Amino acid sequence: MEQVLQQLINGISLGSIYALIALGYTMVYGIINLINFAHGDIYMIGAYVGYAVTRFLGLGFVPALLISMATCSILGILIEKVAYKPLRNASRISALITAIAVSLFLQYTMMYFVKPDTRTFPDVLSSNKISILGGKALLDTKNIYIILITIVLMLLLQYVVLKTKIGKAMRAVALDKDVAQLMGVDINRIISFTFAIGSALAGAAGVLVGVYYNTINPLMGTVPGLKAFVAAVLGGIGLIPGAVFGGFFLGMVETLVSAYGGSIFKDAVAFGILIIVLLIKPSGLLGKTVKEKV
Amino acid sequence: MMNKVNKKILLGVILFAFYILVHVLINTGIIDSYYELNLVIIGINIILAVSLNLITGFTGQFSLGHAAFMSMGAYTSAILTAKFNQPFILALLLSGVVASVAGILIGIPTLRLKGDYLAIATLGFGEIVRVIAINTDYIGGAIGFNDIPRYTNWTWIFASVLVTILLIKRFLNSYHGRACIAIREDEIAAESMGVNTTYYKVLAFAIGAFFAGTAGSLYANYFYFIKPDSFGFMKSIDILVIVVFGGIGSILGSVIGAISLSIISLFLQGIPELRMVIYSVILFVIMVYRHKGILGKREFKIFKSRKKNRKKVEFNVGAISK
Repeated sequence: MEQVLQQLINGISLGSIYALIALGYTMVYGIINLINFAHGDIYMIGAYVGYAVTRFLGLGFVPALLISMATCSILGILIEKVAYKPLRNASRISALITAIAVSLFLQYTMMYFVKPDTRTFPDVLSSNKISILGGKALLDTKNIYIILITIVLMLLLQYVVLKTKIGKAMRAVALDKDVAQLMGVDINRIISFTFAIGSALAGAAGVLVGVYYNTINPLMGTVPGLKAFVAAVLGGIGLIPGAVFGGFFLGMVETLVSAYGGSIFKDAVAFGILIIVLLIKPSGLLGKTVKEKV
Repeated sequence: MMNKVNKKILLGVILFAFYILVHVLINTGIIDSYYELNLVIIGINIILAVSLNLITGFTGQFSLGHAAFMSMGAYTSAILTAKFNQPFILALLLSGVVASVAGILIGIPTLRLKGDYLAIATLGFGEIVRVIAINTDYIGGAIGFNDIPRYTNWTWIFASVLVTILLIKRFLNSYHGRACIAIREDEIAAESMGVNTTYYKVLAFAIGAFFAGTAGSLYANYFYFIKPDSFGFMKSIDILVIVVFGGIGSILGSVIGAISLSIISLFLQGIPELRMVIYSVILFVIMVYRHKGILGKREFKIFKSRKKNRKKVEFNVGAISK
């Protein structure tokens, strides 16, 4: 019982990171129907920006988080303008290959500049172990930080999407691009904005991972990127609550599976669940089924 | 009519002369083992790209798990030749059959999905195959499978590439191939015209997987050594890149794509640190300025029966671009 509780805490922490990355995937997919494979690498760059800011400028955790988010959102806008905009009307498969090209470019340019070695992230958050429930489980303060920051960012996102004018415009573009344009929505601005928000969340996830696991390397984005994408699909791609749900669900399943002896099959379990969910409910666990019209 | 037959004979003679020429050059040592290695890689890439093109380019089913079929073929062949000392031809064919059966088993449930969802499901399938291979000690696990006898040579590669292209080409010109193309153009319309869409999608998947399996077998029996990570997600992407680079729905495109991308990476080997950076930039430039691939839909002129195709409708990649 104690172990389950302990693993659930770890699962929620891992899940919040997946959820933060998955949000970016799902928003971009919702708005331009593109699987943005470069998203995992934006998260990697976020981790490196956090590393540089804390190690070389000596700043604390919160400034590092904010600077990283800002840098990533600029990078996200830049990627969209340079790489995806010219291909907006091209076939899906070429857009996908472009996304992969951007991903490779980010990975290997980073590798060229920062060298492929793993680096140790500075300890910017003190790690205090608090025993809860009468010593049955240990709660690391880092866990609390990660979960709190994730929740705050998600609430903020929810506010922007549901309560502000630009959020309304985003939802309009996701629903029907042409009609939104006819109603006077500046599509290019909204798409840039979506990329900015999604990338900022990925940047935040990067810093949180750096703080939590202490190590970063230029290829760290690939696997969490794929997993976060799986999470987004599990919850129903294009849906913000779906991405959050999928992220936490996947994080917990993975930690529980590795806790109970299946750690070698951890990755297979994630993709196995994905295939089963896709077969039973292709629109995702929270998604609505859309009837196909001729 | 006479003209067409003559051209076919001419093509056969040219191909045969090319085979003999390269064979002689290899035997006299003018093409050294380094260039021979690259010839083998190009050949394997052609088989992989043409077989994926059948699934993605002609049937319109977006697959990101092609490397998984290659890995199944490679491991089947490795087990048969290294552990059971079976002849290579048997291993080659059985690799194809095993991959093909896997293709049918994974195809029947997943091919109900469309577009991106199918891509994700096949991606998941590829990762599952890789993780299982890593955790199976019988085939060496993560360390890899060692001491596979080398059987693959220029003759095997040349013959396999030729057979693959010819069979897939013939298949596409048959009743069944046209049904596959109809599914790509419009699945609902094809279904209402009486095309059994599930059957043809699974058929295309099985044939594509078969040739990917034989490519895996050729790969395993050339490099002595295979490991699960060689057949990961990035390998599937590499194959897809060749297909898109050459032109979706063009067999000649896949051939040219495989050759040119292999040559590009050959040149880039001199600068290992910047290799992938330049590769990604090239990929990006091609996608932005020529997003239909270098050949678009152009085909081997020589294989076309002119009369039938004179009023050929310009196909578009409907199923994928939608």
